[in-house]
Amino acid sequence: MTDLADLGVTDAAAGLRKGEFTSVELLEAVHRRAAVTEAELHAYLTIDREGAARGAVAADAAFKAGSDFGPLHGIPVALKDNMVTRGLETTCSSKILSGYLPPYDGTAVSRLKSGGSIILGKTNLDEFAMGSSTENSGYGPTRNPWDPERVPGGSSGGSAAAVAVGSAVAAFGSDTGGSIRQPAALCGIVGMKPTYGLVSRYGLIAFASSLDQIGPLTRSVEDAVAALEVVGGHDPCDSTSYPGPVPDYRSGLESGVSGLRVGVVAELNGGGIEPAVQAAVDATIEQLEGAGATVVPVSLPSVEYALSAYYLIAPAECSANLARFDGVRYGLRRLGENVEEMMSNTRADGFGPEVIRRILLGTYALSAGYYDAFYGQAQRVRSLIISDFAAAYEVADVLVSPTSPTTAFSLGARTQDPLSMYMSDVCTIPSNMSGDPAISIPIGLDDAGLPIGFQIMAPALGEPVLFRVAAEVERLAAFDSRAGLASSEVS
Amino acid sequence: MSYEAIIGIETHVELTTDSKMFCGCPADFGAPPNTNVCPVCLGLPGALPVVNARAVEYAMRIGLGLNCKVAGHSVFARKNYFYPDMPKNYQISQYDEPLCVNGHLDIEAGEGTHRVGITRVHMEEDTGKSTHVGEGGRIQGATYSLIDFNRAGVPLMEIVSEPDLRSAEQARAFVSELRGVVLRLGVSDAKLEEGSMRFDGNVSLRPAGTEAFGTKVEVKNMNSMRSLQRALDYEIERQASLLEAGDPVIQETRHWDEDAGVTSGMRSKEEAFDYRYFPEPDLVPVAVDDAWRDRVAGSLPELPSEARSRYVQQGLDPAAAAVLSRELDYGAVFEEAVGAGGDPRTVGNWLTGEVTALLRRTGSELSESSLNGGALAELSSMVADGRLSASAAKEVLAGVAAGEGTPVEVAERRDLIQVSDAGSLEPVVAEVLGAHPEALDKLRNGDDKVIGFLIGQVMRATGGKADPATVTSLIRKRVG
Amino acid sequence: MPVDIDIAKVARLARLALNEQELELYRVQCETVLEHAALVQALPTEGVAPTSHPLPLTNAFRDDVVTDCLDREEVLAQAPDRDGDYFLVPRILDEP
Ligand SMILES: [Mg+2]
Ligand SMILES: [Zn+2]
Repeated sequence: MTDLADLGVTDAAAGLRKGEFTSVELLEAVHRRAAVTEAELHAYLTIDREGAARGAVAADAAFKAGSDFGPLHGIPVALKDNMVTRGLETTCSSKILSGYLPPYDGTAVSRLKSGGSIILGKTNLDEFAMGSSTENSGYGPTRNPWDPERVPGGSSGGSAAAVAVGSAVAAFGSDTGGSIRQPAALCGIVGMKPTYGLVSRYGLIAFASSLDQIGPLTRSVEDAVAALEVVGGHDPCDSTSYPGPVPDYRSGLESGVSGLRVGVVAELNGGGIEPAVQAAVDATIEQLEGAGATVVPVSLPSVEYALSAYYLIAPAECSANLARFDGVRYGLRRLGENVEEMMSNTRADGFGPEVIRRILLGTYALSAGYYDAFYGQAQRVRSLIISDFAAAYEVADVLVSPTSPTTAFSLGARTQDPLSMYMSDVCTIPSNMSGDPAISIPIGLDDAGLPIGFQIMAPALGEPVLFRVAAEVERLAAFDSRAGLASSEVS
Repeated sequence: MSYEAIIGIETHVELTTDSKMFCGCPADFGAPPNTNVCPVCLGLPGALPVVNARAVEYAMRIGLGLNCKVAGHSVFARKNYFYPDMPKNYQISQYDEPLCVNGHLDIEAGEGTHRVGITRVHMEEDTGKSTHVGEGGRIQGATYSLIDFNRAGVPLMEIVSEPDLRSAEQARAFVSELRGVVLRLGVSDAKLEEGSMRFDGNVSLRPAGTEAFGTKVEVKNMNSMRSLQRALDYEIERQASLLEAGDPVIQETRHWDEDAGVTSGMRSKEEAFDYRYFPEPDLVPVAVDDAWRDRVAGSLPELPSEARSRYVQQGLDPAAAAVLSRELDYGAVFEEAVGAGGDPRTVGNWLTGEVTALLRRTGSELSESSLNGGALAELSSMVADGRLSASAAKEVLAGVAAGEGTPVEVAERRDLIQVSDAGSLEPVVAEVLGAHPEALDKLRNGDDKVIGFLIGQVMRATGGKADPATVTSLIRKRVG
Repeated sequence: MPVDIDIAKVARLARLALNEQELELYRVQCETVLEHAALVQALPTEGVAPTSHPLPLTNAFRDDVVTDCLDREEVLAQAPDRDGDYFLVPRILDEP
C-alpha cells in the first residue's frame, strides 16, 4: 500500500472522504516522514505535534458528523515562519524574534483553521524572507531533498523542501521577488504567486509591502488551486486586498491550450540562462505549440531594469517595515545605557548580515537628497514595466520563461557575493513589480538530476488562464515529483 | 533697532472618534494603561492599518471650517524616526499630498480683523505616552521610562498656519479662535490639559520694514494659552537680544520650561530631520469627490466668526460676543435665554461678567450650575419691568447659581422685589411731600436739588423697595 | 555611476550599532549593489508617474466601530522588560 505521505492534496482529500483513511492516519504518516527527513533537511523551525494531533482528531470528528469544511479539510499543511500564528512561535528565522508568541492569527492562518486544515508547524526561510537560498536563516540552512549539498532555493526553502520530500502535504510561502516560485523550481514542485491583493497580507510579517504575496507550494496544479481557494478572497483587515469576487480557478483545468497565445519573453529567455534549463523550457514551449497553442515572441524592454528597481524598492520598504523590531514590546533586547543604544545594540545583534545590508540600502535610498534618483526613479521604472506587460498581454494570453536561470546551486556558492545571489530572481521579479500572478511548474531534470522549473505569467486576476496553461504543462511534462529523491529519505 | 516677529503655529488636535485612526481600539481618554491596544496600534509583526472613515470626514470638516480646498486625491506616507512610544518607529502621516490645503482663519486681534493663512490640514496618528521615572518626572536625568500605548494610533489632525502672526498676543488669539472652530465643529474636545490640543510655534525676527525672513526657531511644549504667549514673548526677546549683540540665531528646536519661564535648546540631532518620507504601501489613496465634499460642507454648523457678528448685531459688545462664540456651553445658555425672551445685552454681560466670575470663585462648570437659559431670561425681564434693580439682580443671580430656586423665588425670599406701581406709591409720596412743605416750595421755585432729598425720604418710608424712577415721576406730577 | 555612502550616518539613522570593520564591509557591499541599482537612472522617465502600488484602489475604509482589544497580560508577556502594567525602557535622552 502506498505511503500516505506521498499523497498530494487532491488524492488525500478524496481518500479522506471515501473513508480510506483518517486525518489522524494521514498526519501520522507525515510525521513519520518528517522523522526520517528532518535531521538532514531541516525544513522546519517548529513542529507543533500536539496542535496538529488535536486538529486531526477534530477534522475526523467533523467528517463523521457529516460536515465538510472544504478542499483542505483534514489536510496537514506547513506554514512559512513569517506567517503569524497565535501562541505558536513565529520567528521569521530571525534571532530578533526568538521565542516570540504572537497574540493573534493572520487572516490566511485563520482561514486555514476554519477550513479544517491541520497546521504541522513553521518552516525555515531566509531571515525576514530576504534571500534566494534559505542560507540566511538565523537557525541554520535547509537542504535540497534532491541533493543535500545544494540549496532548496528561497526564501520559502523550508516549505518547498517539506512538500518535495513529503513532510507536508502542502505548504504556504510568501513571494516578494520569487520566494515561492524559485524554491518550488529548485525542489521540483509547483509554486504559485497569486495576483497582488488576492490573498490577505494581514498576519504576514512584512518584507516589502507593495510586493509581498502569500501563495501555495504543492505537488500539483490542482493542489495549488485547492490551497488558493481556501486562503484567497477579500479581507477588510488588509486595505490593499482585492475587493472584488475571486476568479473561478478550476474552470479551465481540463480545457487544454488550443487557441491560446503563449508569449515567449525575449528578455527572460536565452541570455544568462543555463543551457540545460533553457533547452527544457524550449522543449516545453514546443509541446505547448503541439497541443494547439500559438507561440508568439514578445518583448518587455524595461524588464532589463526590473532587478535594479527591485533592489531599491524592496530595501526601502523593508527599512521601514523592520523598524518596529526595537526591543521595546517583543522579541530580543540587548542592554544599552539609554534607549537609543538599547535599540541599536538589539538590532545590530538580532538581525543577520543580509537583513542589515538591505536595511542600510533602503535607509540610504530614501534619505534626503537621494530619494528621487533612487526610490522615485525605481517607482517610475515600475510604471514602465507595468505598461510593457500590458502591451504584451495585448498579443499573448500568458507569458513564459524559465523560473530560475539555474538549477539548485551548492550551499555557500553565492553567500559571499550578494549580487550573484540577487541574480537568482531575475526571471521572477518582474511579476512582483507588476503585481500579476505567476506559477512555476517542474518540467524535468538536468544532467545532475536536479529539477527545472517552467514559469507561466498572466495578467492581474488571470488565475483561470494561468492554471489552465499550467495544468497542460503538467500533463505534457509528466514530471514525477518523487523521482530521484534519495531513497534513504523516502523510506 | 526694532524687530518684527514672524510667527507660524503648528497645531495638533486629537479627534473624538469612537475608535482609533487605523484600528478598532477605543480612542477614549483615561483607560487603564495598555488596555486600548491591538496588533495594529501596538505595531505587532504582520498587522496592517485600515483608515477610519469618520476620521477622514472629521478632517474634512476642519479643513472646510478653515476655508481650505479639499484635495480630490490625497495619500498617506510613512514618516520614519525611532522613538520608544511610537510602536512602528514610523508615523503614518500625510506629506506631499495632504487632505486639505490653502485655507484661512480670521481673528479679532486689537486693531480689527486679521487674516491668518492655513497652509494645510492633514491626518496622522498619535503616539503612546512615556512616563519618566526619577528626577521629578523630567526627561532629563530620568533613570528609566514607562510606556502606555493607549494613545498610540488615536486620530490626530495637524493644522499648519502660514507665518502670518506678528506677536505672541496674536498667536494666542489665533489658537483660541482655532480652538473655538474645532469645538463648534464637534470633532475634538480640544482639552489643552489632557493634550487633545497641542501647539508648536515657529519664531523668527527681521528688522522692522524689511522683507527677508530671519532664522527660524521651533518652540515646543507650550501646554496652555498662557504658556504659549509667555514662551513666544520670551523667545522673541531672546532672539532680539542675540541680534542686538550681533550674535547669530541658530536654527533649532527649543523647549519651553513653564516653571523657569525660559526656552532651552534640545540636544541637536542633525539626522533627526531626515524622516525619509515615502508613500505608505499598506494604505491606498483617499479620493474625495464633489458629492462627498459638498455633503460635509453642507453639514457644517455656525462657526465662531459667524456667531460673533450675529451677537454683535443683537447688541453685545465685541468682547462678550467673542467669548460666547468660542465657549460652547456659554453660547448655548445665551441662545436659550434670548430664545426665552431675555435681553441679549443684559444676558450677555451677565454671562461674561458675574456668571464667569461666580463660577471661577466656586470652581464649577456652567453646565453643572442651575443657571439655565430660562432662569436668565426670567431674571432679565424682572429688571426690564422694574421689579428688580440692576444690583439686586446680581444678588439674585448668585442665589440662583447656588440652587436657591428660580429668580422670582430667590428675589422674594431675599425680599428684593421693587414696588413700581404708581397706585401703591401715590399715598407714600403725598405723605412725604406733606411732611416737607419747605422742600416742596424750593422745588416749585426751580431748586431741583431737593428732589433727591424727597426721593430719599420716599425710599426710607418704603424700606428701599420703591422703584426710584416711578417715585421721581410721581413727585414731578404733584409739583405740576 | 559611482556611489559613495556615509555609512556611519546611515547606520545611525537605522539604529544599527556596527563597529568600524562592519561599517566598512557593508559600505563596500552596499555601494556595489547601489551601482547596479543606479542603472535605473539610465532609463528615460520624463512624464512617467511613479507606481507605489500595483492595484489601483482608493478609499479602503473601515467604519468608526470599536472592536475587541488584546488581553494585556498576553501582550506584556512578550515584553523584554515591564513594570506592572507598563513597558519599561532605558532612559530616553530627548523629546522626539
Ligand atoms: Mg505632526
Ligand atoms: Zn488598536
